[in-house]
Amino acid sequence: MTDHRHWERFTRAQRLARFAVYLGAVALLAVSMKTVEVIPDFLFDAPKQVVDLLNRMWPVDFGAYHKQGIHKALIETLNISTLGTIVALIMAVPVGVMAAKNIVQIPLLNWIAKFILVSSRTVNTLVWAILFVAVFGPGALAGTMAIAFRSIGFCGKLLGEALEEIKPGPIEALKAAGAPWTSILIKGYWPQVAPAFWGISLFRWDINVRESAVIGLVGAGGIGVSLEDALNMFRWTQVSLVLVCIFAVVVLAEVFVTKIRQKLI
Amino acid sequence: MTATAAIRTPFKPNWWARLGWLLLVVYCFYALSELQITWERFVIGLGTGAKFLSELFPPGMKRLGLLLDNLIETVEIAVISSAFGILLSLPLGFLAARNLMPGWLTWPSRAIIALSRSFHPVIFAILFVKAVGFGPLAGILTLVFASIGFVGKLFAEAIEEISLKPVEAMKAAGAPFMSVITYGVLPQVFNRFIGFSTYQFDSNLRNSTMIGVVGAGGIGGTLFAAFQRFDYDFLCTILLSIIGLIMIGEYLAVKIKAVFND
Repeated sequence: MTDHRHWERFTRAQRLARFAVYLGAVALLAVSMKTVEVIPDFLFDAPKQVVDLLNRMWPVDFGAYHKQGIHKALIETLNISTLGTIVALIMAVPVGVMAAKNIVQIPLLNWIAKFILVSSRTVNTLVWAILFVAVFGPGALAGTMAIAFRSIGFCGKLLGEALEEIKPGPIEALKAAGAPWTSILIKGYWPQVAPAFWGISLFRWDINVRESAVIGLVGAGGIGVSLEDALNMFRWTQVSLVLVCIFAVVVLAEVFVTKIRQKLI
Repeated sequence: MTATAAIRTPFKPNWWARLGWLLLVVYCFYALSELQITWERFVIGLGTGAKFLSELFPPGMKRLGLLLDNLIETVEIAVISSAFGILLSLPLGFLAARNLMPGWLTWPSRAIIALSRSFHPVIFAILFVKAVGFGPLAGILTLVFASIGFVGKLFAEAIEEISLKPVEAMKAAGAPFMSVITYGVLPQVFNRFIGFSTYQFDSNLRNSTMIGVVGAGGIGGTLFAAFQRFDYDFLCTILLSIIGLIMIGEYLAVKIKAVFND
């Protein structure tokens, strides 16, 4: 009796599907490696060039902080990200409510909300910035709108999900007592989603601080403008100063968000 | 007692919260004045915006060959950088896991991971463009870096969360180190690893459409050029094709995850 049972973790279809994914990934990689236009000399030269670049950036020119208006640009970056987050939240709340299937029971409205959220997220902040620079001209207004429009999708999606997860009890009680719908929203829904709302806002603000540091490269204001200027004038020690400043602000924002989060939620 | 209960208001006003909201409004006005954002500028912008939109549509149908080449290059950058980024982040994630590795190995790996997460990809893209010149190589290096930061961090965290029981059992049975990793650790984190990888591919695809703005290859460069030349109907075509590409990427990521999740 050599006929012992043969155990297998996956069915044949599952194994075939997995194999197809691996094969597809390898094939795609092989084709990409063959066709992408990378010059081998540049690739092998890269470590040397990076070291050279870092050498040119050293020492950091801290004197330029006030002389070249980097302090002002940093404040502007923080203002753009904060104001952008606020504007985004103002727009995201109605869209999030519209996307929550337990509040708005009209499928068409749910779909419109979903469409707004998805299109906001697919377009990158930098691309939003390019579009708004075309609309409002270069400057902080374009940057703020870019940050805001990019954040709608993120905030609205998470807010909609938080709204869908709430307990219906208080809502039913308010409805039974004959409360108008504004009271139901403010006293029934809001207290239940407030922690999620603040969590989402803080998280997005943290992301936006990072994003608002680069939108200046396409002319949308903030520290990115200083970076672009320093790069264009080959002031490498000033480039490193801007990088140090961005790094410091990003780290500080993260620490700040973690602290507030512990207090608030 | 009954008297206080009778006049108790059901929803007491929270003055601290109201003060907070007021401060928020005050901040908004301060920020608006500081950024020199005025209502007039906004209204003028709306007019320009309407004109801009009318110039965007209908999308232009010329130079489709260039568009296609750029799209392919974008996908190639995403594929190569995802592959190398994920491959590099695997060992780094292992080395950074504090439950498997000694301290003198975890902290340098954690430092590398933290360094690659410290800046926005666009900033890395600029630096790599300055170092290795324009083109897809700079983009690939940028996104490899970004992938190491993201996948490496999450992978290390996933390994730190595993159950150590199978690992201990294998060690007790005298299994060599590599077998412990392959049969004790990897099966526990494999599904999550697939999740991180598909997510990273998706986000690499998104980012590879944008790093071209600073010259690091892909469709972003053409997009920025079209914008600077006021070639708005071509800009519209590029935008629509980017959105289409990202949708396809998202769909693929979901499908691949489904293959591994059952």
